[in-house]
Amino acid sequence: MKILVCISHVPDTTSKINFTDGDTKFDTNGVQFVINPNDEFGLTRAMWFKEKQGASVDVVNVGGAETEPTLRKALAIGADSAIRVNTEATDGFAVAKHLASVVKDGGYDLVIAGRESIDYNGGMVPGMLAAMTEANFVANCISIEVDGTNVKAVREIDGGKETVSTFLPLVIGGQKGLVEESDLRIPNMRGIMMARKKPLNVVEPTSISAETKAVSFEKPAPKGAVKLVDAENIDELVNLLHNEAKVI
Amino acid sequence: MFRMTKQTNMSILVYTESENGKFKKAALEVVSYAKAIADQMGTSVTAVAVNADNTESLGNYGASKVLSIKSDALDKFNAKKYAAAIAEASKQDGAKVVVLSSSADSKYLAPLLSVGLDAGYVSNVVAVPSNVSPFTVKRTAFTNKAFANTEITTDAKIVGLSNNSFGLVESGGSATVEDFSPSIPDSGVSVESVDKATDKVSIADAETVVSGGRGLKGPENWGMVEELAEVLGAATACSKPVSDLGWRPHSEHVGQTGKPVASNLYIAIGISGAIQHLAGINSSKVKVVINTDPEAPFFKAADYGVVGDAFEVVPKLIEKLKAFKAQNA
Repeated sequence: MKILVCISHVPDTTSKINFTDGDTKFDTNGVQFVINPNDEFGLTRAMWFKEKQGASVDVVNVGGAETEPTLRKALAIGADSAIRVNTEATDGFAVAKHLASVVKDGGYDLVIAGRESIDYNGGMVPGMLAAMTEANFVANCISIEVDGTNVKAVREIDGGKETVSTFLPLVIGGQKGLVEESDLRIPNMRGIMMARKKPLNVVEPTSISAETKAVSFEKPAPKGAVKLVDAENIDELVNLLHNEAKVI
Repeated sequence: MFRMTKQTNMSILVYTESENGKFKKAALEVVSYAKAIADQMGTSVTAVAVNADNTESLGNYGASKVLSIKSDALDKFNAKKYAAAIAEASKQDGAKVVVLSSSADSKYLAPLLSVGLDAGYVSNVVAVPSNVSPFTVKRTAFTNKAFANTEITTDAKIVGLSNNSFGLVESGGSATVEDFSPSIPDSGVSVESVDKATDKVSIADAETVVSGGRGLKGPENWGMVEELAEVLGAATACSKPVSDLGWRPHSEHVGQTGKPVASNLYIAIGISGAIQHLAGINSSKVKVVINTDPEAPFFKAADYGVVGDAFEVVPKLIEKLKAFKAQNA
């Protein structure tokens, strides 16, 4: 089985979010970038397939050279080789298009993407990629087992979960549940050394126009201070929620 | 680029989700929202309903027409089949904009629909378009730490509305209902089983969410969380450590790697407010925190706070809310 794991290069959760150029660009100054958490669960599940079922695992990112440390980290965790599509990730549609050509060229059986990136949160790349490559698609995937070309997967739904059967080729939008937080791997020294020698292929993009464009960013209005209610005066809390906040 | 089509309607098409025949609240919200866009663009709203009852009731929220699909093939939700049905409705109606909710199912089908219609898709939208030409909407980004004003440049457009961001608007209108029988493609994905608590409101649908953290000390203490949720008609949720410890099911985990919450009221009990947790719940409108530690970061994010022992505060809150409800019944 050939597996491709899509890796988004995203600001660490604790990063301060600021914008430059008249609030049109994300300010990367001082920001530490990491593998998108949803992708990391998928990558770790891919390692399981590699170790238990003999799968090969490639990782891919659409982005400039600055994203390579994130791909190297994925290689250090255990991926076999990396691909970087050398272009700026403009919108979900363009990213999915670039990935679709990587998937077609590589003949992948299973594509594992995160359900969404924690920066732009579009949540559309996995589904678009599936539609563009005519693969089956499972969103919000929290469990996947592969037997030959048959797949059993579990999708998180509102208020519960749904077990589905499907088959390869398949794209999943993965999340926590594929593996647990405690299963995530921190690259060790040997992995980091080996990652330096693994192939990282840079692919030049074909021309693709985006369908959407973020024209400006803004931050939420600063929040007022919390109103504290005395633990002995819960009537006051009920009163505030009813008369002031108007939520009960 | 403007392309002429045979249709002249150029409606706003909205997919209205139902469960066991009954429209979800989010369905009424997306119709209300679609009506606001239709007014901006000088057109009307067409709703697509699948195996739903009382479809004419959507008129009250602003739909002029309902395309009502009754199909055994759509008995269970299937993203590919539903996307194909909505795409066909959209083409038949000459829709310029398709509006979807942010339910798990709508977010599942949206990217498939986007590719099928060559329509640019923007998710997590929180307001009516600031401009209809160029079509520009405001969406959340950076896990609720910012907003992105986003232009859709394609001729056809898909807007995914963040739940609870617009509310319900009753216009008192009426809708004509037409039977609609789209052709349904085969899908390589089939549902084997569904595991869902049918008697409980889900986090995505809930107007109020009551959430518990490690401060509750153990799963045996969740009775009062559930009772508070019941009094409020709320969904129950939990922090990541609680689901990692197995005290509550993963499906209740809210936060960056769990479910997003965009409720009107979010009550956090014994949750310190790690940045990953706050990121996931920040688009809730009113946040209440109950915690023994006044230094807990959640107090910086909350609108109302009670410094106190949950085991004393929550039973009192339940009692007061019951009295409030009895008085206002």
